[in-house]
Amino acid sequence: MGQEWSEMHLDVLKEVGNIGAGNAATALADLLGQQINMQVPAVMWLPLDEVATRLGGPENPVAGILLDIDSQAPATILVVFPLEQACFLLDILFDRPQGSSNVMDEIGMSALKEVGNILAGSYLTSLSAFTGLTFVPMVPAMAVDMAGAVLDYVLAEFGQVADQVLLIETEFLALGRDIYSYFFLVPKPDALKAIFAALGVGFE
Amino acid sequence: MKEIRRVGMADLAVASSPMKLVTIGLGSCVGVALYDQRAKVGGLAHIMLPKSNGPFVSNPAKFADTALPLLVTKMQECGAVHRRLTAKLAGGAQMFRLDRPTETMRIGERNAVAILQWLENARIPVLAKDTGGNWGRTVELDTGTGEFLVRTIARGEKIL
Repeated sequence: MGQEWSEMHLDVLKEVGNIGAGNAATALADLLGQQINMQVPAVMWLPLDEVATRLGGPENPVAGILLDIDSQAPATILVVFPLEQACFLLDILFDRPQGSSNVMDEIGMSALKEVGNILAGSYLTSLSAFTGLTFVPMVPAMAVDMAGAVLDYVLAEFGQVADQVLLIETEFLALGRDIYSYFFLVPKPDALKAIFAALGVGFE
Repeated sequence: MKEIRRVGMADLAVASSPMKLVTIGLGSCVGVALYDQRAKVGGLAHIMLPKSNGPFVSNPAKFADTALPLLVTKMQECGAVHRRLTAKLAGGAQMFRLDRPTETMRIGERNAVAILQWLENARIPVLAKDTGGNWGRTVELDTGTGEFLVRTIARGEKIL
């Protein structure tokens, strides 16, 4: 799969990612009641083994929110926050003193799932506007564990066909602190073809 | 001093006493340790998928059916003997539970099944395993003793 990609394909995804991240920043600002600044997202192909390094190493604790996407171009989305940043997000969300939130309790988990939902929805809205395709996210699932373990699911899905994975890394700035969110779009087989065909940059 | 060699995702390595082999952050992936107690030669594979598709495999360490024979061959090159080999494995978790389970959801279980099947066919006895559940694992094989340490974030650690 990776070999069929050109710079042009990556650029198109970057543009989709840009607008998606813009939507996400707006949605996140509404949710948190805070001004959110956003950096231009980095879109990259990474070798499987380097993805966890990007998240602070394979043993670094992270929160991952997974959503299955129903569509003519079905996909899976994984949104990952390093654990301390997930806690920071919850502190802001619930207006608590810094460092007092727990992502593992019922409320923390459902709140983070909602954040993942909103971020995924923002990207999907952008992707939908570009392609005219419909994307319907299913109920999210969440895991808090070692980065390597949380990523396995996504990497396994990619790994059946490729040794590299597509990652959109977005950096938000809230209350003077960086919040990194890592966003993986994992198309099912043939879904990418459908997406690029709809974008007018089909494969040869 | 015991040296530690790190085995990456979809990777494998062989070492002899007193080296340790480590692989970090197994979710649905499975860490398989093979060991020859007499030669004190150990091998560790971080296996991602149960079965390779087709003859052109860019990375044999990724799949159970191609990683395990390769691991055995590499261990033999370092003085291990096939009939003396024993196995321990950990990982194969299901990290996420969705309403609509897909084939990939069950990838951890499928990995473990494929590995156990291969080991049985190769007549390599499985001394211990710690698979399944919904949590991540880090494993470490001590090639001096054959001890297989399984580490988790919320469930402590144990030696198999």
